[in-house]
Amino acid sequence: MSQEESDISLIIAQIVQKLKGSNLYAQLERQAWASLQRPEIKLESLKEDIKEFFKISGLFPLPSHPAAPPEHLKEPLVYMRKAQGSWEKRILKSLNSMCTELSIPLARKRPVGEQKELLNKWNEMGTDEPDLSLFRPVYAPKDFLEVLINLRNPNYENGDSLSFRTHLGLIQVPLKVKDIPELKECFIELGLNTGQLGIDDSTQVPPELFENEHVRIGQKVLAEQDSAAAQQYVRQGSPTALRAELWALILNISSQPEDILYYEQLKTNVIQHDLLVDSLIYKDVKLTASNDDYYFVFEDYLYQVLLCFSRDTSVLSHFAYNSASPPKSYIRGKLGLEEYAVFYPPNGKSNVIASSIAPLCFLYHEPSKLYQIFREMYVRFFFRLHSISSHPSGIVSLCLLFETLLQTYLPQLFYHLREIGAQPLRISFKWMVRAFSGYLATDQLLLLWDRILGYNSLEILAVLAAAVFAFRAVNLMEVTSLAAAEAVLADLSTLKVMPLLQIFLFATVT
Amino acid sequence: MSRVSVPCHVKGTVALQVGDVRTSHGRPGVLVIDVTFPSVAPFELQEITFKNYYTAFLSIRVRQHTSMHTPAKWVTCLRDHCLMPNPHSEEGAQDYVSLFKHQMLCDMARVLELRLILRQPSPLWLSFTVEELQIYQQGPKSPSMTFPKWLSHPVPCEQPVPLLEGLPDPSRVSSEVQQMWALTEMIRASHTSARIGRFDVDGCYDLNLLSYT
Repeated sequence: MSQEESDISLIIAQIVQKLKGSNLYAQLERQAWASLQRPEIKLESLKEDIKEFFKISGLFPLPSHPAAPPEHLKEPLVYMRKAQGSWEKRILKSLNSMCTELSIPLARKRPVGEQKELLNKWNEMGTDEPDLSLFRPVYAPKDFLEVLINLRNPNYENGDSLSFRTHLGLIQVPLKVKDIPELKECFIELGLNTGQLGIDDSTQVPPELFENEHVRIGQKVLAEQDSAAAQQYVRQGSPTALRAELWALILNISSQPEDILYYEQLKTNVIQHDLLVDSLIYKDVKLTASNDDYYFVFEDYLYQVLLCFSRDTSVLSHFAYNSASPPKSYIRGKLGLEEYAVFYPPNGKSNVIASSIAPLCFLYHEPSKLYQIFREMYVRFFFRLHSISSHPSGIVSLCLLFETLLQTYLPQLFYHLREIGAQPLRISFKWMVRAFSGYLATDQLLLLWDRILGYNSLEILAVLAAAVFAFRAVNLMEVTSLAAAEAVLADLSTLKVMPLLQIFLFATVT
Repeated sequence: MSRVSVPCHVKGTVALQVGDVRTSHGRPGVLVIDVTFPSVAPFELQEITFKNYYTAFLSIRVRQHTSMHTPAKWVTCLRDHCLMPNPHSEEGAQDYVSLFKHQMLCDMARVLELRLILRQPSPLWLSFTVEELQIYQQGPKSPSMTFPKWLSHPVPCEQPVPLLEGLPDPSRVSSEVQQMWALTEMIRASHTSARIGRFDVDGCYDLNLLSYT
């Protein structure tokens, strides 16, 4: 078989593999059966005919170069792969040392009595008050920021003398980021002449001007179950009543009985085995939910979803395009034997921030649907905030985009903050790495996440961060220390996201 | 079209620089790589693949075998092909690239030698080159297939042929036979590889420490 043919076969096999077991696969099979009954089709040559057709018609462009190894797909730049690898090693060391210091096994099977107990209080795990003081999170966001700050390309001129090539911000890698003209083009639906939810639905604006029509279109999109149209629609914001269904449509989540069954299976896995990361999850949820005015009601949901998420092996498939790799371990006594190699935790993620689930609890109340939505959002978007990669939506690019926007369009502010030792990224990093969850008011956050789904990119987080700085620029110019700058930007809960974005992108005189 | 790798000899890169290499301060922005084919007769070039390493623009010149007794001349077959859209940033810097015959400006029928001219105008990078260079010629041709008409021109349902007395409907018979045949093929070929989501080994998830490799 020639190179091209084997590549196409591989792609077809991969697509079939992914579709297997889904509703779409059953429909396609039925159609195929119906077509096979036509007498002019010769079954012996069917496979070859279809392959040849695909090649000639150009319907299947190859996603990546055939010579590229799988690591290249995860992350094309070698030095970033290396940095991600050493970061992961640090996390593994931290987990291992926690394990040995506290003499708690990484995983153990729960005795039957304990399993029954957990099953009984499954819906109220928040009432538990286990002693978690000895557990510390695997890493803090500022550790991760330090790693990003120290990223260097060995082939790049990192000279000490200041020149045009010096990066004045914290990020020192020359990734391509968009400037405002390119962002304007990209986020064209956020322009001044287009209606937006978050701006044109405020009480002073009569609903006949925009809101009513927008809601009507949203209902139509839902009636037609058109996923692509939903994605386009949500760029102008989603009405609260329709949001849950629209997001499910965009993420291709439909609650089939098999999905509910799958979630129940995960729940059983949680009950059977107790993992060390469970304690870390408890601690993270307590930190996120207990003290937060908006999220404390969802504490129990957060436990359920995160615990199940950590047992979900289907998440492992996203590592094909994530620069990170899942931690590996061996069954006790079988060190080095590949048949006894497993991933730990089963889904490969040892740090998931509970804050990215909490806003979803406002939309979805049924645990298995909430779980599916969260999982899909995680493997599409949020994983990029926790691994080192050169992807335009990766955290490194977002940081660089934020710094570049601030430097280019607010140079005085940037220079002032830098002079007083308050590098802007140190303040905005925590916002971006949590996708602003826990910092904005919930309705504003959901409007922001509408745009993340609509544009299929996280760049809007960096733009919003810069817009917030622009908004508070006057106050920030008067501060004289990092602590004072943090104080000015401590409370974002009163901000209205869409006007800030619109002004920064489309109404600022440059 | 299949392709066959051609063994080639890649000579060391030569930097082109104005002025004395020792005394001038800037880094060279132009490199030349010569590729010869010592043990192969003049061949038809099909494809060139390589891994980029911070080269921004690539030009290729080729020297072809001429039948007459005229000396072979160098001809430019690719001019300033852009590998990095922004030479100052990382986009495209470490990508795998393929260049095909149809992208070349001239006929690549009897290639003797290739010369790759790499350009990187940005002073930010310490070095640049291309790696893992592979040259391919055309492999044995597969018999050209005209794909059957039913794929490109689906036929509308025809009028059923009037049945001969006493015989079953031929199109029904043929479709049933096909169905049975397809079923047997399917059963023979299928084996489930759907994941069942097990993360443990035979019910056991009792682990050592995490491994670093």
